[in-house]
Amino acid sequence: MDTADLSTDTAELLALYEQMVLIRRTEKAAHDLFLQGLVKGTTHLAAGHEAIAVGASAALRADDYVFATYRGHHHAMARGAGPEECLAELMSRATGLCGAKGGSMHLTKAATGMLGSYAIVGAHLPMAAGAAWSARLRGTGQIAVAFFGDGATNIGAFHEALNLAAVWKLPVLFVCENNLYMEYTPIADVTAVARPAADRASAYGIPGESVDGNDVVAVRETVARLAERARAGDGPALLEAATYRHFGHSRSDPAAYRPAEEVERWLKHDPLDIARGRLTERGVPAETVTAADERAQEAVRQAVDAAKNAPAPDPGDALTDVWADGGAAWRT
Amino acid sequence: MADVITYREAVAEGIAREMRRDAAVVCLGEDIGAAGGVFKTTAGLIEEFGPERVWDTPISEQAIVGAAMGAAMTGMRPVAEIMFSDFLACCWDYLANEIPKVRYMTGGQVTVPLVVRTANGGGLGFGAQHSQATENWALTVPGLKIAAPATPADVVGMMAAAIRSDDPVVFFEHKGLLAAKGAPAPPDHVVELGRAAVVHEGADVTLVALAAMVPLALRAAALLAEEGVEAEVVDLRCLVPLDMRTVLASLARTSRLVTVEENPYQGGWGATVVSVVADEGFGLLDAPVRRVAGECVPLPFADALEERVIPTVDKVVAAVRDLTAY
Repeated sequence: MDTADLSTDTAELLALYEQMVLIRRTEKAAHDLFLQGLVKGTTHLAAGHEAIAVGASAALRADDYVFATYRGHHHAMARGAGPEECLAELMSRATGLCGAKGGSMHLTKAATGMLGSYAIVGAHLPMAAGAAWSARLRGTGQIAVAFFGDGATNIGAFHEALNLAAVWKLPVLFVCENNLYMEYTPIADVTAVARPAADRASAYGIPGESVDGNDVVAVRETVARLAERARAGDGPALLEAATYRHFGHSRSDPAAYRPAEEVERWLKHDPLDIARGRLTERGVPAETVTAADERAQEAVRQAVDAAKNAPAPDPGDALTDVWADGGAAWRT
Repeated sequence: MADVITYREAVAEGIAREMRRDAAVVCLGEDIGAAGGVFKTTAGLIEEFGPERVWDTPISEQAIVGAAMGAAMTGMRPVAEIMFSDFLACCWDYLANEIPKVRYMTGGQVTVPLVVRTANGGGLGFGAQHSQATENWALTVPGLKIAAPATPADVVGMMAAAIRSDDPVVFFEHKGLLAAKGAPAPPDHVVELGRAAVVHEGADVTLVALAAMVPLALRAAALLAEEGVEAEVVDLRCLVPLDMRTVLASLARTSRLVTVEENPYQGGWGATVVSVVADEGFGLLDAPVRRVAGECVPLPFADALEERVIPTVDKVVAAVRDLTAY
């Protein structure tokens, strides 16, 4: 069956599926490259979180703004970054998304509205509110979306951003990727309410919703509805997407604190499996799905090769990009 | 045009001039709208520009500066007010980790043209949490420009440069100068950031000062002149970019250096000035350098105590007398 024979909706779902596979394969490659000593520092892999980035991105306009966290590879890719420029950044290559100045935690693709990955927990929520404020002032109809982890719901910037966004009725969505653990500690052990994000919404008089963050269709539909509301001038919303990470918090974390049965349960509720199931329900043949898998795998294989062969940055680049004139001069 | 204008009025005038010429300039902060700011430094802005360009915020320093950052990244030129510079600590993440780093760590993809204005400095008996001179905090962070004007005309001219700058600028308005009067700024007045001014010429010693320490240094220079000592006073105006060219050129004439700093001696900006002089201008010196700076204690409340802690004319005069012995 040729993909041209699929209905528009099914073809789009297949495309979302393929994008999720591409992200999963890229994360796996990042993991392997780290073990090979080709990625330094650390990584916070988003394997398992793909449906949130891909589903939300599918519901957004091309000119909307996205702000993400240090676990942000999936958001960069969902907003148009290719596996090669992401992996090149992780591998300290000049061809990386940020010229190897950012690294894994700061993937950014401003040209497509992906305005950064921020590694101070919660710091980007006020920024997203500000981008939404800017969109409103400029009358562009854009919205801004901040993606953050469950741990961010207990930091001050989260609450300041929510209140400001509510008071100013800003076109911004706050999307929590609740993977049950703030780093190594269960979020439930350190949070006063059951749903760390959604249950806080009522304090700010805004909608607080939950969604299965591993179901790309559910994420897309929910974000589309909340985005439409925000774009129409009805203000911000808080969405809590339940998900689970397949790796530890960061490279150094084997995640031994997670009960085996919990891990098993969540691995059976995998975003790729769920999307594959939906494709099967819609009559998409297994070979069509397999072809998408293979395309993604081949794209990542080529990306790894290209990144490995890319040049290291010129050491002189360390002294550029501080100021808008491109330089770093602090004195005359 | 009025013959004189206060420093306080100059702040609002400087912002208003830029708001008139550029619709992307918007203001946000606590009590800056109808109240005109707790220091009345935004008086008249909401009346002229309306609530769509002058936004009152909750007491949420992180939201104020974080939102300013997001707006600056997406086409606006926000001017955020943090009421007292001590409160910069409440949003320090944005000044230390976010705003100055985002251009660099994205490989130049993002531009953050914003101004964070804040009322700085002591001498008014506001106690330890509303009186500090915190300009040296900002100096510890690569990626922030730092302006601290001493006169009403400079407030207007440097505000114009700060708002037009594509780089983030922390703009320190000195509380002790708000009522000070000076010549109004001429039309279209722009003072380029990073240009120090020699505000009093002299051949015997260079006093390098900033903000409220500039008029203090000028008073010291007047007293010293009565003793036959000619002090040159350099108003740094900015800490970043730091105009060391003007300082070194002055030292070539005077061969003696005293910095006059309100921030604490410990980590104060004078240490950076002096280190550059030691490195590049050692041969110009005929005497040790002296730093007249704040004592390394929190700012006390009572006048007599506060005066003991921050620089005074007498302390500057004493430091200069000490150097003229060489």
